[in-house]
Amino acid sequence: MLRFLVRRLLGAALILFIVITATFFLFFAVPDDPARLSCGKTCTPDTLAAIRANLGLDQSVPAQYWDYLSGIFVGRDYGEMRCDAPCLGYSFVNSEPVLDTLLDRFPATLSLAFGASVIFLTVGIGVGVVAALNRGGWLDKTTMALSLIGASVTIQFLGVIARYVFVDELRWLPKPEYVPLLDDTPGWAGGLLLPWLTLAVVQAAVYTRLTRSSMVDSLQEDYVRTVRAKGLTPFQVTGKHAWRGAVTPVLTVYGIELGTLLGGAVVTETTFNIPGIGKLAVSSVANSDLPMIMGVVLIAAGAMVLANVVVDALYAVIDPRVRLS
Amino acid sequence: MTAAIPAQAPAGDPQSAAPTAVPLLEVSGLTKHFPIGGGLLRRKAGAVQAVDDVSFSVGAGESFGLVGESGCGKSTTGRLVARLLEPSGGTIRYDGRDITHASRRQLAPLRSQIQVVFQDPYSSLNPRHTVGTIISGPMKVNGIDPPGGHRKRVQELLEIVGLNPEHYNRFPHEFSGGQRQRIGIARALAVEPRLVVADEPVSALDVSIQAQVVNLLKELQRDLGIAFVFIAHDLAVVRHFCERVAVMYLGKVVEVADRASLYTNPHHPYTHALLSAVPGERGADGARRPRVRLTGDLPSPANPPSGCRFRTRCPKAQAVCAEQEPPLVRLGAAPAPDVACHFPAPPDPTAAAGPVAAVPAGAAAP
Amino acid sequence: MTAVQSTKKNMADAARGNGAAADPAPAEPLLDVADLKVRFRTEDGIVKAVDGLTFRLERGRTLGIVGESGSGKSVTNLALLGLHNPARSTIEGRARFDGIDLIGAPERRLRDLRGRRLSMIFQDPLTALSPYYTIGEQIAETYRRHTKADRKAARARAVEMLDRVGIPQAARRIRDYPHQFSGGMRQRAMIAMALVCEPDLLIADEPTTALDVTVQAQILDLLGELQRDLGTAIILVTHDLGVVEDVADDVLVMYAGRAVEYGSTAEVLDTPQHPYTWGLLSSMPRLDGDVDEPLRPVPGSPPSLLNPPSGCAFHPRCGHAVELCRTERPVLARPALAPGSGDAVPWPGNGVSACHLDTATREGATA
Repeated sequence: MLRFLVRRLLGAALILFIVITATFFLFFAVPDDPARLSCGKTCTPDTLAAIRANLGLDQSVPAQYWDYLSGIFVGRDYGEMRCDAPCLGYSFVNSEPVLDTLLDRFPATLSLAFGASVIFLTVGIGVGVVAALNRGGWLDKTTMALSLIGASVTIQFLGVIARYVFVDELRWLPKPEYVPLLDDTPGWAGGLLLPWLTLAVVQAAVYTRLTRSSMVDSLQEDYVRTVRAKGLTPFQVTGKHAWRGAVTPVLTVYGIELGTLLGGAVVTETTFNIPGIGKLAVSSVANSDLPMIMGVVLIAAGAMVLANVVVDALYAVIDPRVRLS
Repeated sequence: MTAAIPAQAPAGDPQSAAPTAVPLLEVSGLTKHFPIGGGLLRRKAGAVQAVDDVSFSVGAGESFGLVGESGCGKSTTGRLVARLLEPSGGTIRYDGRDITHASRRQLAPLRSQIQVVFQDPYSSLNPRHTVGTIISGPMKVNGIDPPGGHRKRVQELLEIVGLNPEHYNRFPHEFSGGQRQRIGIARALAVEPRLVVADEPVSALDVSIQAQVVNLLKELQRDLGIAFVFIAHDLAVVRHFCERVAVMYLGKVVEVADRASLYTNPHHPYTHALLSAVPGERGADGARRPRVRLTGDLPSPANPPSGCRFRTRCPKAQAVCAEQEPPLVRLGAAPAPDVACHFPAPPDPTAAAGPVAAVPAGAAAP
Repeated sequence: MTAVQSTKKNMADAARGNGAAADPAPAEPLLDVADLKVRFRTEDGIVKAVDGLTFRLERGRTLGIVGESGSGKSVTNLALLGLHNPARSTIEGRARFDGIDLIGAPERRLRDLRGRRLSMIFQDPLTALSPYYTIGEQIAETYRRHTKADRKAARARAVEMLDRVGIPQAARRIRDYPHQFSGGMRQRAMIAMALVCEPDLLIADEPTTALDVTVQAQILDLLGELQRDLGTAIILVTHDLGVVEDVADDVLVMYAGRAVEYGSTAEVLDTPQHPYTWGLLSSMPRLDGDVDEPLRPVPGSPPSLLNPPSGCAFHPRCGHAVELCRTERPVLARPALAPGSGDAVPWPGNGVSACHLDTATREGATA
């Protein structure tokens, strides 16, 4: 197990390094000049040069890359200012430390991902299992039809409509906003309810279909037939035995999903104006804010890698053949 | 039946032809080790000795059987011979030429002479190709342009293997398991091979269909003079089809003998055990063959026992069996079997109650 | 097949009144199946997987059900256990197990019988055992389902059973998962699981087909030994007549969902009555057969069960078919004597077959 973890962590570090490097050099391949953007309309060559020097853009690309990388591990100095490790630099746009901004924005993204996951996993897996057990029956056909509709709508469309109907017109749901959990727990839940539900509708539909198909496969496994031949009750057959074979594909998809969500649910955050990583990503790319883009990419890649390590560890928990081979 | 195919080798008595001339296929010291583990961040953890120092030869037009239980290396041997796998050691000579490590390019002219028929008639045919495409594939790959065109030739081949020639445009799923195996055989015949490696060609088929395919293969072997390396676990099928048989255990050949000798007078204790385990078989006097029951499990081929690999389950094992590996040696003059055992002996008719007792000598002579 | 049967089997036959096939036994048999029909609804139509099957099995005896793929042998057994999906299958007919009607019984009732009085083992023990639980847990689970035993007692029972089926160091091996066992050991574990509640009937569906021949011999020996100790009746489904010859008391030969021949093993193998049985026997290469003689397979291939042939389902492949075979479905019966031939010698034994041919024709064909 320890060897497994060490190997995975080494692999994760390698992936993060590759992602950082690729992002960094990709940025310089784009013709936008961040100095000119922050210089504004009344830009003289002198101010531009000063801004360049200030942002470190006057140095060669490899030198900037080296400064950035070493900053992460040993910190770096910006003139008088000391930026301690792990230093992700300062925003080109508002000079805020990138790390602080990320830490500030991450709870909103985490809240959105967590709440929506609880809803779509519960509903999606629950409905999927029921549909599989009633395979071919009216319940199965109805849920499959509904889930096809759910999987087909987009979040922007659904979000705007739902907000208009349930918030503005019917006033059933509170206005979507982000309030930190520790400041006001009911407000937190209330403000995120609509974003959660919107995100969950689309995802739950996907998980319903996925769960149903893998459960149908699992119920046809030889060993499930054996368990039935042993006289176990349907609850034991499904709840103890069949789910184990069905859960692996669901887990695989959720691992990727969770990584994506933690890297920022861009569309949902933008639609509902949730100040999370996703929104930050959009604004930093629009402003050519290199340090911020690097920060967002790092956190997204880190979330993806972490989610994958967790999923791999869960495979081993679920399936002894993985654990023991 | 075979009018459509000109026979490449003179059909004669293959048994008499085999030992004198240069054998069509000569395998010596053939070895294949599959590394365990390995990879980017891992150490190599050892090797599965799937085939270890295997030697035999097959004459032109001869049908040679490889039998043994799962994990004995018979299928790997077949794949090595057909050069679908790269040998780790030893030599394979085909028609006098060393093809052990021949490259793709060097093998190209021989590809049409050595063909393979696989076990599973479901997965070995591309479901998206018509039967015509499947059967003509090897001809096109090998640049063979039959007189009258590919389609005419495919139809001839379909007829030879007992299928309706009108069906060349159908897809594999429209055929039953036995018919698919016939398609696989037709594909192998398309390039007029001299050697066919048949890896469990009938074991996925039902009894009545199996008999149809065995009869077909036997006719082809006899009429077209094709040599066969016939790999199977079913001893009765092998006996019916093969003139000479090698018994394998855990990557080694333990006994090679001609049919009559092997089945009526086996000399290796593993051969005794295999034969006595065949269900429903009785000697000529109607009594059940005395059983030799093997105990324990097959040892791991990654870590085989020292000395004789069969010794851990052998009722005759002595101290010497753990120390020295018995070589495969011929017991006596020409028709005698080759046996790899320190204590080779035909089953002892007087010791019927003993642990090693098996078939009464000569009881079921054909 | 050889005419002489092992003395053990002959003595057993004599003691039990030889053959359960034709004459009704005075007491009710353990299993009494009559006119069993299993149909599946598919997109292409209705598949008549089992079409009017009748047989019976006494306590402690072994019935071999022989047939090729699609003959309905496995379907029959899953139907007895009520394991077919009721949404897509219909089961008719009668199957009385120790006085209990299995067909149409409530699912709850059947669940209490499965694993306790009727058990089943399957062809491939690697896929038939759950990869996610230990061998011990899977055996103990069955025991706890049907007894009031607690975890500890069930665990002890699992060790006892594993030991009994010949797995060394059973107490340690119950913590292993199926993939850590060899093929033969997995089938032993499967047998331990099926017999943990000492059932009256064990249905073994191709239990040795996936195994090597030397392991097969071990497993068949083990089944025989456990049967002697526990008095379990066994239905052994197989395509291998050799296996049947070694272990079965009676044989039922199935073709296209129907019984074509039924009798004691000696009768069916030594004096087979049905042309399909003849074909099966002559298809099999034997260790003492003549290698220069080609095998005599049954021509053609099995019919579609969506639309089985009229009359006798075997008539399109039968070399002896007459007009009657195409129009009228034969029932299981003693072979009819040839009319007007003065042939008063009946077919030997008590076996029955579903064939219109008279004894003279059959003798001519088998001579």
